[in-house]
Amino acid sequence: MTAVLGGRPEGVSTLHFAMDDADGIDARQRLVVVGNGMAGARVVEEVLERGGGEQFAITVFGEEPHGNYNRIMLSHVLAGEEHEDDIVLNSHDWYAGQGVTLRAGVRIDRIDTHAKIAYAADGTTTAYDQLVLATGSRSFIPPMTGLYTEGEQLLPGVFGFRTIDDTRAMLAAAAEHERAIVVGGGLLGLEAARALQGHGLQVEVVHAGTHLMNQQLSAEAGAILANSVEALGIVVHLATRTTEAIGPDRVRGVVLADGRAVDADMLVIAAGIRPVTEVALFSGLEVERGIVVDDQLRTDDPDVYAVGECAQHRGELYGLVAPVWEQARVLADLLTGADPDAEYHGSRTATKLKVAGVDVATMGVNRPERDTDEFLVISEPRRGVHLSVVVRDDKLIGATLLGDTRKVAFLTQAFDRGTPLPAERIRLLVDLSDGAAEVGVAELPGDSQVCNCNGVTKQTLVETVRAGTTSVGGCMDATRAGKGCGSCKLLVKQVVEWAADGDVQEDPAESWYVPGIPLAKPELIAAIRDRQLRSVSAVFAALAPGGEEDAKSKMGLTSLLRLVWGAEYEQENDAKFINDRVHGNIQRDGTFSVVPQMKGGVTTPAQLRTIADVAERYEVPMVKVTGGQRIDLLGVRKEDLPAVWADLGMLSGYAYGKSFRTVKTCVGTDFCRFGLGDSTQLGIDLETRFQGIESPAKIKMAVVGCPRNCAEAYVKDVGVVAVGNGRWEVYVGGAAGATIRKGDLLATVDSPAAVMELSGRFIQYYRENANWLERTYDFVLRVGLEQIRAVLLEGSAEVLAELDAGLQRSIDAYTDPWGQDGGRPATPGQFRTALPLVDLPKVPVR
Amino acid sequence: MIATHSGTSEAPTTAPASAGGAGVPHVVGRMDDVPPGEGRAFVAGGVQVAVFRLRDGSLHATQAACPHSGGPLADGQTDASVLVCPLHLYAFRWSDGACTGGAAPLRIYPVREESGQLVVLV
Repeated sequence: MTAVLGGRPEGVSTLHFAMDDADGIDARQRLVVVGNGMAGARVVEEVLERGGGEQFAITVFGEEPHGNYNRIMLSHVLAGEEHEDDIVLNSHDWYAGQGVTLRAGVRIDRIDTHAKIAYAADGTTTAYDQLVLATGSRSFIPPMTGLYTEGEQLLPGVFGFRTIDDTRAMLAAAAEHERAIVVGGGLLGLEAARALQGHGLQVEVVHAGTHLMNQQLSAEAGAILANSVEALGIVVHLATRTTEAIGPDRVRGVVLADGRAVDADMLVIAAGIRPVTEVALFSGLEVERGIVVDDQLRTDDPDVYAVGECAQHRGELYGLVAPVWEQARVLADLLTGADPDAEYHGSRTATKLKVAGVDVATMGVNRPERDTDEFLVISEPRRGVHLSVVVRDDKLIGATLLGDTRKVAFLTQAFDRGTPLPAERIRLLVDLSDGAAEVGVAELPGDSQVCNCNGVTKQTLVETVRAGTTSVGGCMDATRAGKGCGSCKLLVKQVVEWAADGDVQEDPAESWYVPGIPLAKPELIAAIRDRQLRSVSAVFAALAPGGEEDAKSKMGLTSLLRLVWGAEYEQENDAKFINDRVHGNIQRDGTFSVVPQMKGGVTTPAQLRTIADVAERYEVPMVKVTGGQRIDLLGVRKEDLPAVWADLGMLSGYAYGKSFRTVKTCVGTDFCRFGLGDSTQLGIDLETRFQGIESPAKIKMAVVGCPRNCAEAYVKDVGVVAVGNGRWEVYVGGAAGATIRKGDLLATVDSPAAVMELSGRFIQYYRENANWLERTYDFVLRVGLEQIRAVLLEGSAEVLAELDAGLQRSIDAYTDPWGQDGGRPATPGQFRTALPLVDLPKVPVR
Repeated sequence: MIATHSGTSEAPTTAPASAGGAGVPHVVGRMDDVPPGEGRAFVAGGVQVAVFRLRDGSLHATQAACPHSGGPLADGQTDASVLVCPLHLYAFRWSDGACTGGAAPLRIYPVREESGQLVVLV
């Protein structure tokens, strides 16, 4: 029916390679591996790595027809984040190339351990000298009425989640159905739930335990995870079972233990796994929960070994990959004689993963077991964060990190290697040296740099305070600390407060929108509307103390007036920053950069030819591809700007303004094998709609066609991610500049039009409420995602209509500034050089 | 002390206005060349100067390149008391050329209007 994963072009192959034992000339021992999953294939790899190809003629049996693939990644395939071809670990060709006989699609039923022969389901027999059982495990299907058809097949619409074929079947079903129930709230179940939700299904999780991921998490942590999962729109039923699958022709729903019926057209069983032990049982080997092995991974037959999920070692079964790798290494050492005394002593299991979008890391125990164990918990349910560590005899014996895994590297090291722990145990969970502020500004050495942009040290700030400037704003003005990227403002404030020893002058200006008008933004907007102030000079005359102008307030006021009045704003060029006067970004030598609009980062050969011609004609010193997927002509003389624009014949890309800038896109569905949505077109449409919109600070956007995030949408002011089935996630408040922050998921919507509407509303809400120069990542944190959601997702129709109208006013006022001023200067000498005796550009042509 | 400009890649320094006394008057252009609130650069006696015409009608002239790192001051923003360089936003007082943020002071030139003409004393 479907393709063989990791198969050869001509299909499945059973390869007898090189020296077949039938030839009678192969003196090598015969090594048979039963199971071609991650454990079996890893054993083969490890054996070959130790030169085992010389010692052994290796035959691998796999029940699945496929090559060896990474089962862990199946949930990513289900989510559409990985293509199935990408999870192949060892293809059929690999086995052939290594001289290993792969008998894919052939199940071993039984071993005669006396005759040393393996019997396959296809009737063939294979003699062995050493045999490795790596049969893995299968989905545990809990008992429920009506689950099987009369032919003892699972009811149509019911799926296990264990193999690539399960995954393919679910992907096919997800495209046709709307409601899914996932049985099992462990790791696999939650991953399945999130993936199916990404395909647009309504998903409910039924979990028999009292909390999610009860294997790994404590009840408290599980409760917090449940909140996070429900916040994603997945319904969670705890402490209940599914007792019946409603049929009869295909699954129609389930009945829960409490009698409730829930409709569904897909039922995914992810209620745990059970070791596959039939072969061992039928062969007379010792089996308890798994196939019992000793420290040399030997079963009770000296020539039969077992590794991986099917093996039970010292009473433990392992379901994670790290222990399997360790077992494979030990077994290869023994088989090849590389280390005849190698032993496996069990694994300490540590795992870090993302469950339904939530970061989780667990290791060892999740709660104290003895009276003398130390137990530290930080629980922040509102933020979805739960952190805990268990320490015994000064050694870390367990840790759980939910929602914030920043400390995982250190903790894993402490857990694995028993490295010394800090005396203050809280440092295990919280990085107290995060930001110098927390070291305590008092301890900061005088020469330590507080503002990296402007090179201001603590000492400089302290001296400024001692010289009599005791307001934070005053010190910032005097030293320019905090006036670069602004990320150190908090630290500057703390240093000033410390230096002034509590005698800090209140800075009333802090709440003002701009320093020259003593009003906060909402009051200022109200005053501008009430008094019909349409120009910056009119605002100063009416609202500034003494009617006095303030140079540093002009740019912010220009932006605000354009927001309030749109096309009815009265333009005054002197109130604009030079970039906005000449529509280019000023460079260090007084030249400008010219970045034409290139919507969505898509260009044409003709456009590139034109750009190349212009660059040569005006001897542009550098042509550079920007981070925003456009082309930058750097070092253009001011007086050349109008001619450059005219010759380009392109629109301004607004790469200079406190405004909407650009939309990065990936190649979406047109070309990409993985694209789930037409990100390119949506990016172009967004850029067309929002071009030139002025805002409190720049707005950078991106649209990606799948969660691989090739155009970095997760770290944009507004980022849009296609998640399949026509659905798009809209993230806000991301950053990847001086501040790095993943955006917050505002909402998942189901059409490009809905993306346009929601992102427009967010932009307008930001424009109306953010402080001047406040980027979205600060704005979203300050206002709070909850508040933004309340307005944009649940606000009244009236409020939303006002946002839409406000944005439309600015969209309607858009004119291309290059076309406008290029032909007829806005003021006399608009493009005259400001350094008439300097030979510009100073940078030679590259 | 008069700097030469040709062929150097450094921002030209300004010639000294003789302390206390008037320099040599140069007609650099017309009032209309400088829009209200903005600045424009001119050459006066071999020295580049920036001339500003504020919205209150007053005229100011300064050296054209910022003493901090050569920024084009005529492209700066102004109000009644300061000029702000566009490159790093250092502010300089009209009254004495001093910088409010720690950069070296700015040279100020006398400037006046004579029947529609701008006259700078360098």
